[in-house]
Amino acid sequence: MRNTLIQALSHRLFWPLALLVILLTVNVIAVPGFLAITINNEGHLFGSVIDILRNGAPTLIIAVGMTLVIATRGIDLSVGSVCAIAGAVACSIILGSPNPGDPGVVTVAVLTALALSLVVGLWNGFLVSVLGIQPIIATLILMTAGRGIAMLITEGQILTVDSAPFKFLGSGFLAGVPVATVVAAAILGLVALLTRRTALGLLIESVGINPEASRQAGVRARGLLFTVYAVCAVLAGIAGLILTSNQTAADANNTGLFIELDAILAVVIGGTALSGGRYSLTGTLVGALVIQTLVTTVYTVGIPPIATMVFKAAVVTAVCLLQSPTTSAALARRRTAGPASPRPVATPEPAVTR
Amino acid sequence: MTDTASTRAPAPQGNPDPVVEMTDISISFPGVKALDSVDFRMFPGEVHSLMGENGAGKSTLIKALTGVYSIDSGVVRLGGLQVTFSGPAQAQAAGISTVYQEVNLLGNLTVAENVMLGREPRRRGGIDWKAMRQRAAEILEGLHLDIDPASLLNSHSLAIQQLVAIARAIDIQAKILILDEPTSSLDVEEVAELFRVIRSLKESGVAILFVSHFLDQVYEISDRLTVLRNGQLVGEYMTDELLRIDLVQAMIGKELSALDDLGSRVHSAEGETATGSVPETFVAAKAITRKGAISPVDITIGAGEVVGLAGLLGSGRTEVARLIGGVDRPDGGQLKVDGRPLRLRTPRQAIKHRIAYSSENRRAEGIVDELTVRDNIVLALQADRGWFRPIPRKRQDELAASYIEALNIKTPSADALVRNLSGGNQQKVLLARWLAIAPRLLILDEPTRGIDVGAKAEIQKLVYSLAENGMSVLFISAELEEVLRLSNRIVVLRDRKKVADLVNDGIGVDQLLALIAEGAAEPELEAGVAS
Amino acid sequence: MSAVATGPVATGRNLGARIVDVFTSPKSGPVLVTGVLFLLMFAVGGVRYRGFLSGQVFLNLFIDNAYLIVLAIGMTFVILTGGIDLSVGAVVALSTIIAARLLQAGWSPGVVILLILAITSALGLLVGLMIHVFEVQPFIATLAAMFLARGLCYIIAKESITIDNPFFVSMANVRIPLGYRLSITPSVIIALLALAVAVWVLQYTRFGRTTYAIGGSEQSGMLMGLPTSRTKVLVYVISGFCSGLAGVLYAFYTLSGYALTAVGTELDAIAAVVIGGTLLTGGYGFVLGSALGVLVLGLIQTILSFEGSLSSWWTKIFIGALLLVFIILQKVLTSRRT
Repeated sequence: MRNTLIQALSHRLFWPLALLVILLTVNVIAVPGFLAITINNEGHLFGSVIDILRNGAPTLIIAVGMTLVIATRGIDLSVGSVCAIAGAVACSIILGSPNPGDPGVVTVAVLTALALSLVVGLWNGFLVSVLGIQPIIATLILMTAGRGIAMLITEGQILTVDSAPFKFLGSGFLAGVPVATVVAAAILGLVALLTRRTALGLLIESVGINPEASRQAGVRARGLLFTVYAVCAVLAGIAGLILTSNQTAADANNTGLFIELDAILAVVIGGTALSGGRYSLTGTLVGALVIQTLVTTVYTVGIPPIATMVFKAAVVTAVCLLQSPTTSAALARRRTAGPASPRPVATPEPAVTR
Repeated sequence: MTDTASTRAPAPQGNPDPVVEMTDISISFPGVKALDSVDFRMFPGEVHSLMGENGAGKSTLIKALTGVYSIDSGVVRLGGLQVTFSGPAQAQAAGISTVYQEVNLLGNLTVAENVMLGREPRRRGGIDWKAMRQRAAEILEGLHLDIDPASLLNSHSLAIQQLVAIARAIDIQAKILILDEPTSSLDVEEVAELFRVIRSLKESGVAILFVSHFLDQVYEISDRLTVLRNGQLVGEYMTDELLRIDLVQAMIGKELSALDDLGSRVHSAEGETATGSVPETFVAAKAITRKGAISPVDITIGAGEVVGLAGLLGSGRTEVARLIGGVDRPDGGQLKVDGRPLRLRTPRQAIKHRIAYSSENRRAEGIVDELTVRDNIVLALQADRGWFRPIPRKRQDELAASYIEALNIKTPSADALVRNLSGGNQQKVLLARWLAIAPRLLILDEPTRGIDVGAKAEIQKLVYSLAENGMSVLFISAELEEVLRLSNRIVVLRDRKKVADLVNDGIGVDQLLALIAEGAAEPELEAGVAS
Repeated sequence: MSAVATGPVATGRNLGARIVDVFTSPKSGPVLVTGVLFLLMFAVGGVRYRGFLSGQVFLNLFIDNAYLIVLAIGMTFVILTGGIDLSVGAVVALSTIIAARLLQAGWSPGVVILLILAITSALGLLVGLMIHVFEVQPFIATLAAMFLARGLCYIIAKESITIDNPFFVSMANVRIPLGYRLSITPSVIIALLALAVAVWVLQYTRFGRTTYAIGGSEQSGMLMGLPTSRTKVLVYVISGFCSGLAGVLYAFYTLSGYALTAVGTELDAIAAVVIGGTLLTGGYGFVLGSALGVLVLGLIQTILSFEGSLSSWWTKIFIGALLLVFIILQKVLTSRRT
């Protein structure tokens, strides 16, 4: 019994899940019917939980890509801009066509947007893996220029589209479930399958944990980096389309603003370390849900919604301090410095000399 | 070993007090006793060399003296007074200056700043750049170093940076100057220049601690030697009274352990293959070289042959292995595999040709510690196949299970993280990774370092049986008995040059020691053995 | 690596070689490129547009970007150590909103300004401690600070508050004449003073040199006995202080406090620092270069406004393109050296 408790406590998903449960509990206390899911007369599921799942979908989709990038010791700051670009491209194509409601037009728009996202991802991958520029710096370039490109596409306008097939993506329902949720779930499943059923996940983790050992084992990091940045950008494109469709407008300035931060936060809360290595897509799922639930909680509890950021700051700080080597060293000292070992632990790393 | 530990050379003429005296120093790291009640002393105006192989405790001793590590027990006296340093700054203030192998200066700042920063001249509350450059120029001039103090440090060669580091140390008014492998990246003329500076410092009464892997240099410059082995003191000697061969023996030691048993068995069995027909050449390296790492060297490895690389740390043994394994790119020379010329630019290409290099640096370059035993075992094989052709899970399990059994890897399961295994078992996991790609040439760089005797014996047996089955092995070890026991042929390196290449037809440890210590310097010896 | 004693390569090298040397040095190369770029842009602007080549157009660069110069100063300190500060934009917004709110409540401007500087410096101290003591990556620690500052903005006031305090209004409207119908604002003088202090601190104090040392190699700096720990925390305090000061200047400039103001300004500050020749990996750069970087950004905007038809998005694209060029330039210049 005690052992299972300890095991549960030390599980990497324990704290994120506990946080999620706490947030949900707060909501249930504030709004007793919070967890209720109803089916309306159109056969669609409704309820706060469904809202969380739908509104959290874009963050989750990006966070999935971000997880892979972070696992390789990288980071992608440009995803917010990619969202804006994808939305802008899709909307301007749809608006430019004589028949915005035609599913064919929407398909072309969506595919073009995703193709452009892919190009952005390959560009990031090129800067990181071929030119060897630090990921944070390499992706900063498109974080800055990307919104400019999006505005260039929309010519500075907010492009409002009225296209039923396009609207379906962000606010439609599929078998009663919001389309965005379905897409997010499908992507999560697909990426999990792709990385865990092939050797992609193993090689990504290997490069993230020990690049030199991986190189000596014959792992080709360059191709992997291209892959993860490309995947991340395409997923950001999809998220951007969902956001744009949900707002029925492409706003180059605000679509996906700060979403890179939420996505990174989701990954970190989910237990994937920013220093790379082992990653957990399940953890990322929990992390994304925590963030979206946090936003919802702030609403339901009646705190001014814009104060969410203060809570996010608190969460980031708490997670970082918990993951900090200083903290774990302090904890380890507590654990080992029982009465048996009075000697202070002054333990520099033994020098590794070649 | 305890009886030799009392070996101590006499104090210099005039019987001066030692400028530093460390008594009974012990330092432990988790799981390792890095220094075990070691004594060490230095006299003013003497160059004192600290000698020892990997893990002997040289760098730990230096770091204890310079306040980087705190000591667990023991006493440090400086000019007779007991001192405790809680950081490098304090040691520096007390007159102990250190010049590290990897120049620990700031390449992005000017030469003048690197010499003066920390005690820069001031004027009106700010740094007086003019005075600082002037003072730096004076000091550099004292070292006959004619460079512009206002230039950026990293616009100069490593040798000059090294001398700038010494200039800094001198300006601290050091009583003790520690030079940790200062010559490892210098060419002959640069070394001569450095030695000239060392001698003039010595004359001015500075005590100099000199660490180098180059025996010639040690004998040229130092007055006194202290030898460490496995964290213990072997002894203190006057340089001119200690034969090179005795020094090497003191450094390497003779392992008298449970391995003797196995040793004789393997050795006798090996005698049969060694006397057999000459094996077909598999890999032939001709004049391969890399600047700053290894002079041009020829090595051939036959099919099914075990070639031992013997030499001290820094002799170039690892560097040769890395070139053949595709880990580093050679600057020149040619590599032939199966008689066909080949350029190996990456380990990946080497693996494609079934050449595997198992790094000496197990933790940094070998295992991927956060992955499981199974993942580590299949890693190279999987990387070779590409990510889209995953090894089926069932096959992975079989591979892992079979290697865990064959190599007797002690792990709770194939799902355990390699991080949680002991050093010996980590080494076996690494071996399993390479065996899984079925290499034709397996390069093992110190596979038995830092692991327990049982695991050591098992790895030796494995090497032997692999060669029996036709695999070529390039075997590197600091333990000469091990090299002798396993190798059909032994290549001896010294000071980054090949000094001998001989068939192992009953060579003794003493002969090998002599080659490592003197090498081609005494041609009649080499000729005598190599015939 | 030839013989040491053969004397310097410097003797008798010609001017051309020296110029090539200066331009390819990671220390001075990028900033010189920026200088040349600035002059070129000014020349091109002068040829293309009437009234471009005037002193006031040049001075307006300072007037419009005084706050950004101050921000870039703080960011330079941080980036020189190899860190980054994403919180500066949010801290500027926080400063404007504190100013607006407290002035609305009738506080004296002097007290308000001092309080803002104290708060933002304290925030910087917290960030610095998080980075140094808890070894949190600067990117994440300052991200948390950014969230916190933006969140606090919203808590203090959701709506934009107009500042009508006479002192602030006068700071916004006063023009200091320089003759020939040229004039500047007091903010420009404050920014230039801050710049002068920063130049002196970085060049002439041990703290300043330690800032460079950390960017070069923190460990070497420590082994050389430099106060790296203290310095590493202090640069974030400086960045916090500069953000506060920039916030005050921004309040002078806009005469309002608003939670959503200065979004993305951190990117402008980072871009200015990088274009100004400071290496993002730390160790090389000049604070004057960062000021020049700000002027280049300002000039891009000026040219675009003269162009008329072109719109604001081109600014972002140009800045991104310049960032790319300079980052690659840095990469090339530093890899040549190592």
